[in-house]
Order: sequence, then C-alpha cells, then structure tokens
Amino acid sequence: MQEFVEFTLGGISVGMIYAAIALSLVLIWRGTRILNYSQGGMAMFTAYVALVVINHTGNYWLGFGAALVAGLALGAALERVVIRPVASKPPLNAVIVTIGLLILIEGVAGMIYGDQYRSFPPAFSVVGIRVGSFGLGVSPNDVFIALAVLAAALVLAATFRYTSVGLRMRATAFSPRIARLLGVRIGRVLTLGWALAGLFGALAGVLVSPSTFLYPNSMDSIFVLGFTAAVIGGLDSPAGAIAGGVILGVLLNYVGGYLGSDLVQLFGLVILVLVLMVRPSGLFSTTAARQV
Amino acid sequence: MSEAAALAIENIVAGYGGGPVLDDLSISVQPATITAVLGANGAGKTTLLRTISGFVRPRRGRIVIGNTNLARRRPEEIARAGVAHVPEGQGVITELTIEDNLRLGALIRPAADRAAALDGAYERFPVLADRRRRLAGTLSGGERQILVIGRALMAAPKVLLLDEPSLGLAPRIVAQIMAVVKQLRDDSGLTVLLVEQNARSALSIADRGIVLNLGKIVADADAAELATDVSLRRHYLGF
Repeated sequence: MQEFVEFTLGGISVGMIYAAIALSLVLIWRGTRILNYSQGGMAMFTAYVALVVINHTGNYWLGFGAALVAGLALGAALERVVIRPVASKPPLNAVIVTIGLLILIEGVAGMIYGDQYRSFPPAFSVVGIRVGSFGLGVSPNDVFIALAVLAAALVLAATFRYTSVGLRMRATAFSPRIARLLGVRIGRVLTLGWALAGLFGALAGVLVSPSTFLYPNSMDSIFVLGFTAAVIGGLDSPAGAIAGGVILGVLLNYVGGYLGSDLVQLFGLVILVLVLMVRPSGLFSTTAARQV
Repeated sequence: MSEAAALAIENIVAGYGGGPVLDDLSISVQPATITAVLGANGAGKTTLLRTISGFVRPRRGRIVIGNTNLARRRPEEIARAGVAHVPEGQGVITELTIEDNLRLGALIRPAADRAAALDGAYERFPVLADRRRRLAGTLSGGERQILVIGRALMAAPKVLLLDEPSLGLAPRIVAQIMAVVKQLRDDSGLTVLLVEQNARSALSIADRGIVLNLGKIVADADAAELATDVSLRRHYLGF
C-alpha cells in the first residue's frame, strides 16, 4: 500500500514535468500545426541560463526567473527569425527546421558549457516527506514541481478564458482566416504562442534538471515523454496536455516501481505507439474539423 | 458627385493564377449606400470582395478608403482600416461562444468602447443575447448568419462587405437580415457592398446595382432602374 501511494504521488510530480513540455508543444501546434522538435533543446538551454545565474549570484530564484525570461525571449526570437519563413511552406520544411534547431541548440550548448553532467540545485528539500512512519514517496521539491506547473497552467487557462490576448490566441488557433478578417494580427499572436511555449519549456527544464543532471542531451528523453503526454491528451488540448502528463507520469512510475526502472523508456514508447494506433486524436481532443 | 467616395476601386486586375478574374475593374461607392453586386456564378463577385478585404492580392490597381490605398495590404490591416468582410458560408468560429465571437469582432476598437459595442449587438439582435454563453457551433444557419453580421458590426466598420448573406436561409430570415442592413445604412451611415445570387431581394434594398460578367462591369445603374430593365434582368440576372 505504501509503495502504491509512493508511486502514485511521485508519478504525479514527474508527470507534471511531462505536462509542461506537452503544454509547450500544444501551444505551438494549435496555432501553427508545427511540432516543435527543438522544444527539449530550448528547455535545456534555458536551464543552463538558470545555472549560470545561480552560480554567479548564489540565488536560486534569480536563476529560476532568468530561465523563464530566457524561455520567453528564445521562443519569440525563434518564431520570428527561423519559423516564420517556413510556416506557410509544406509541413516537411518545418519538421526539418525544428530538428535542425535542436541539433544547433545542443551543439551550441556543448560548445559554451561543455558536455559534462552538471548538478543543478533543487528549489526545496529532496528528502521524502513522512507522515508518521508512512513515507509519501515525494519530497517538498516534488510538491513544488507539481504546484508550479499547475499554477502556471491555471494562469495560462485564465489568460485564454478572460483576456483579449487569450481570445485572440484561441481565435487564431481555431480559425486563423476569420481572425485575420477581424483584424487580429496573427503574426504577433503566433510569436506570443512560441514565447509561452518557451516559458513552459524553461519551467520543465529547471524543474527536472536536479534529478537528471544538466548536459546538452539531458532533455531528449523528457521531450519524447512530453510528446507522448501531448499525444495522449490530444495535441489540440491544453487541458489534455496536463491530464496526459499526469497519466503518463503515474503509469510509468508504476512500471518503474513494480517492473524495473530500465523498462520505463520502453513502456513510454509502447504507450505512445498504442495511443497512436487506438486513438490518435487523443483523449481530450475536439473532433470537429479545423476551420481555415 | 462632390462627395468623396467611401470606397474607390480603381483599375483592379486580380485573379488566382492563370487569367485574371477581375479585369480592369473600377467602382466608386458613395458613403451610406447599399450597392448590390450581381451576376452569374464565376462573374467575379466573390473575388471582388476577397480582393477588397485582402485575401486576394490584386496584380494592378488601387483600393482606396479614406485617403489610403489598401491594395496589397494584409487582411488584418485592411480590417483595421474599417473594412468588415462577412464571407460566404458564414464563418462563425464554432468552438467559441456567441459572446466570444462577438467580443472578437470588437478587439480592434479601444477597450473603453467594447462593452458598449457588445450591448449594442445584443440590443440589435436579441436572439444572440438569449444564447450568449452557448457555443456558436450549436446555432442554426440563420442564427449563425445573424451572428457573423453582428460580429462584423462590432468593429464599427466604415465599409461592410456581405457575400451571399441569404444563401441557404429561410425567406423570413433573409428579410430580417436585409432589414437590419437597411437600418444600418439609414441610422449609422454604413456603406455596404452586397453580393447576392438572389438579385431580386438584393435590388429591393439596394440604392445601386452593378452587374458583373467575366470580371467586367456590364451594367451600373440605380437599383430601381435595374430591377425594371427586363432585357438586362433576363440576360444576366435570371428573372
């Protein structure tokens, strides 16, 4: 019983990391139908920015903030400079460009920071919480991870629902043509979408790096699992991204706990293939055809 | 003719690749008038509206509103210059609520004006007020048409382009929509370009009628005159 509780709670926490990456992918996919293969690389790079700031200032939260700002800036810059020229071209162009970006970002990170595994400080204690003699299987840092992603997602949801900016983003995602007819500057909306995706990627990078260590390829497998989470939830659905992340995190934690940690990556891929075969649109996607 | 035109289309050549659909077209539309644009399928009526609103880039010519040439600008900039285009086949965003569809229409206006614009839309179209929280996808065809016109008006446009607003709708709803368009011309000085297959109903509310054939103007007259010109009607308008 204790194991089950530990695996479930731990799975929720790590699932929220997958959810953050999934949310980044959904933000970009909804507006542009582009799958950003460089999302993990962007997250890794902004985690390095955080580490540099933390090491220089001794202040974790300054580094945390710096990563988020770097994520916003990196996302916006990439959209304007690299992605905008290929957005209206055949989809394969964007695939090649984002894969190329991933290789470029990882190469540049390696050149600047080197290949060695660097330790990354957690925000809070990583000692497991115990209730009496009952171990919960999560630490204060794990709780922070889950709450941070949840809070960011709720702020995003409120922005979508209640603000003019959010309305513009939703309209552009559902029907860019109609949005343009109504005067929405969809170029700016798409830049904002990429900036927010960069922000959520940065959040994931900073939150996961304490347990994975930071090195140029450290986010590659997280990206695959984040992508899987997005597919589970439906690439169109921000709520689905969160649900997909949590479901995946919990399932894989059961696999790792009961069957062995070397099977986790394999099961992640198995789940991805299964979802693509059985319900490729995901659990939460809207089935209506996309208007253009 | 001393009044400046609300919309001046000057020597427009436009098409989709291959030969031009609009062939050196010039139209001058006076403010606070309804101009019916008529003609058979393929005459260029929809292309004309798309060229004005920016979805078709004209190869040559000018499109002037106020003192600004809008030809070859992006659709969103043309919308911000005061052109509201209601395309054929409605164009509600089905995943948004009625209220969100309407609010979207007002986003180019200053924030202070948006609430009043929304109230105005609900007053003008009570059927939208009753269903404001429902998804636009749940509306009937007639209700959707009312929604897109209401949404277009939220921007307080100078020029309204209506493409086949009566398509597939019951006559009662068509009459209601036409009455609203007339009232807007009378009360708000709105300038309207109305493309219609249903020439009879279009001419009944229009001030002027233009008949297109193969991208050129073949008739341009007072609507009442056009409605009574039997040979023209039979030849181009089918009644």
